[in-house]
Amino acid sequence: MNIVVLVKQIPDPAGPQELNADHTLKREGKLILDESDSYGVEIALQLRESAGGGDVTLVSMAPNGETSGLRTALAMGADDAILVGDDALPGAAALTTAKVLAGAIGRKQYDLVIGAVESSDGYVGVVPAMIAELLGLPSLTFAKKIDIDGSVIRIERQTEAGYDEVEGALPALVSVTAGVVEPRYPSFKGIMAAKKKPLEQVTVADLGVSVPGFNGNEEVTSVEDAPARAAGEKIEDDGTAFERIVAFLDEQKVL
Amino acid sequence: MALDKVLVYAETEGDAASTATLEMLTKARELAGSVDAFYAGPHADAIAADLGAHGAGKVHTVDAGDALPGAPVAAAVADLVGAEGYNAVLFATTYDGRDVSGRLSVRADSPVISNAVGLALDGDALSVETVIFGGTKVVRSAFRSGSVAIVLVRPKSFPAEPSGGGAAEVVSAALPDVGAAGNPKILAKHVEELEGPKLEDADIVVSGGRGLGSADGFKLVEDLAGLLGAATGASRAIVDAGWVPYSKQVGQTGKTVKPNVYIALGISGAMQHMVGMKNSKIIIAINKDPEAPILAVADLGVVGDVHKVVPPLIEAIKAKQG
Ligand SMILES: Cc1cc2nc3c(=O)[nH]c(=O)nc-3n(C[C@H](O)[C@H](O)[C@H](O)COP(=O)(O)OP(=O)(O)OC[C@H]3O[C@@H](n4cnc5c(N)ncnc54)[C@H](O)[C@@H]3O)c2cc1C
Ligand SMILES: Nc1ncnc2c1ncn2[C@@H]1O[C@H](COP(=O)(O)O)[C@@H](O)[C@H]1O
Repeated sequence: MNIVVLVKQIPDPAGPQELNADHTLKREGKLILDESDSYGVEIALQLRESAGGGDVTLVSMAPNGETSGLRTALAMGADDAILVGDDALPGAAALTTAKVLAGAIGRKQYDLVIGAVESSDGYVGVVPAMIAELLGLPSLTFAKKIDIDGSVIRIERQTEAGYDEVEGALPALVSVTAGVVEPRYPSFKGIMAAKKKPLEQVTVADLGVSVPGFNGNEEVTSVEDAPARAAGEKIEDDGTAFERIVAFLDEQKVL
Repeated sequence: MALDKVLVYAETEGDAASTATLEMLTKARELAGSVDAFYAGPHADAIAADLGAHGAGKVHTVDAGDALPGAPVAAAVADLVGAEGYNAVLFATTYDGRDVSGRLSVRADSPVISNAVGLALDGDALSVETVIFGGTKVVRSAFRSGSVAIVLVRPKSFPAEPSGGGAAEVVSAALPDVGAAGNPKILAKHVEELEGPKLEDADIVVSGGRGLGSADGFKLVEDLAGLLGAATGASRAIVDAGWVPYSKQVGQTGKTVKPNVYIALGISGAMQHMVGMKNSKIIIAINKDPEAPILAVADLGVVGDVHKVVPPLIEAIKAKQG
């Protein structure tokens, strides 16, 4: 079974986040594998194993020829990767991103495309559905469990009320929720092997995808500090803080 | 200036229109001359009165049966938008809303703005407010050209208020055949039973974090919530640790809550948590670290150990309630 996994490379979420003057997110320096996508990589590796073979190809769009996150996923065990440079597309909107990624996926033969339900930095949460629409694929989204039997794919799809059992036919796209599986840590051997795995770098022009001027018809008009919430009363517990809480709840008329 | 026509993607909770649907209809009335709804599912007539009472003139409806809605329903909405010339389509940030809006965006070749927390008019364009960096910055974006504006709105961004209108007129729409993209079928639906009030709609929310120490520590949250008639919530740290189900997660990747009182027990107040609760009217926090960010936004912040403060609090409330 051949699987394409979407892998976003993002600035470390633990680090400080900043905006450029044009209101786009600063993405200079090292980018890491988005944790959200590490689950998709792990699932792809497990599905390939149970299918008894096939390729796991990573597809990523990122600036500055950045490959650190891709190397992490290759070290986990993926076979090869396609990186699309997006330097011509600063702050690309979700639809533009989806068009570019769909163009790159189209270069491969695949049975399954895997993405995450949302990225950790942008959390737009719609790119996988867009890609499925662009490729004419069924999308089995928000999966918290995936089973594949021949060309039948069955998932448990997270819903507001609980979950649904959903069945579809391959080729298909799935988006996976965080925590579906425990992503493996790259071994030392994996890290060494990853250095030699094929990593193709292409430009948007190479893909022949036509994309609008960046962000299409949506334009950022202002960025302001949100009104700060003032701190209220702060007390140190000396064994009687509970009394103050009771009094406070009383003042709020909730008791 | 106002928009001409806005379409609201309606969804249900149980048998009734969802609160988020009514919130969007209420806001849409302010923005547009004419507001309609789109509902995918059986029995649109059962929610037509409620949709109309919140401002919808018509409710266009399709029933995809047991098909997963995303692909076929997006095609139906795209056809309707093309035929009727809606200026904007509003979706709630739900699972189906994300599927349908993403596919609609491709069909209409128009971008989606996700995670909207505010909507306004900027001249005759729709201006959308989102927050970034844990809600510390507010970004406004406007849709410029003539194509349809597609927005995913976070629930609890607006109040839901009736307009006093009569029932919406139910109009059946065609469900296009989308070929292979339409093949996923829902085989079974599982509803996880909730105890107590619904997290998103509760007047009081008691949430717990890693400071509770262990899965058993969540009992403190449940006991306090039980006495107050509150819903229980959680930080992602304890959801990831498997102490409580994901449906309790408050924050960026969980639910947005806006109760009258939010009580945080052993939660540090990471920006991804705060973005989901900082619009609560009153915040009470108990945390043993005086530097915890949650204490900087709390109306009443207690520097203390949850295991020492909460048990006597529970006893004192019990005593008061008799
Ligand atoms: C992309 C992304 C999305 C995220 N989305 C969410 C989200 O939706 N929701 C969310 O909550 N988080 C989210 N997070 C995680 C978030 O960054 C924090 O890691 C998480 O909120 C921390 O949970 P916590 O406060 O329970 O744990 P911690 O940060 O570990 O805090 C525990 C707190 O308990 C206090 N404490 C310890 N013992 C006691 C005691 N005995 N009595 C009183 N206090 C005590 C400590 O002082 C500390 O402040 C997200 C992170 C990322 C990267
Ligand atoms: N630049 C990118 N490169 C690779 N995959 C991406 C990219 N952007 C989004 N994705 C995929 O789409 C998912 C959802 O992203 P988003 O809609 O931006 O929240 C991500 O978790 C990835 O799986």
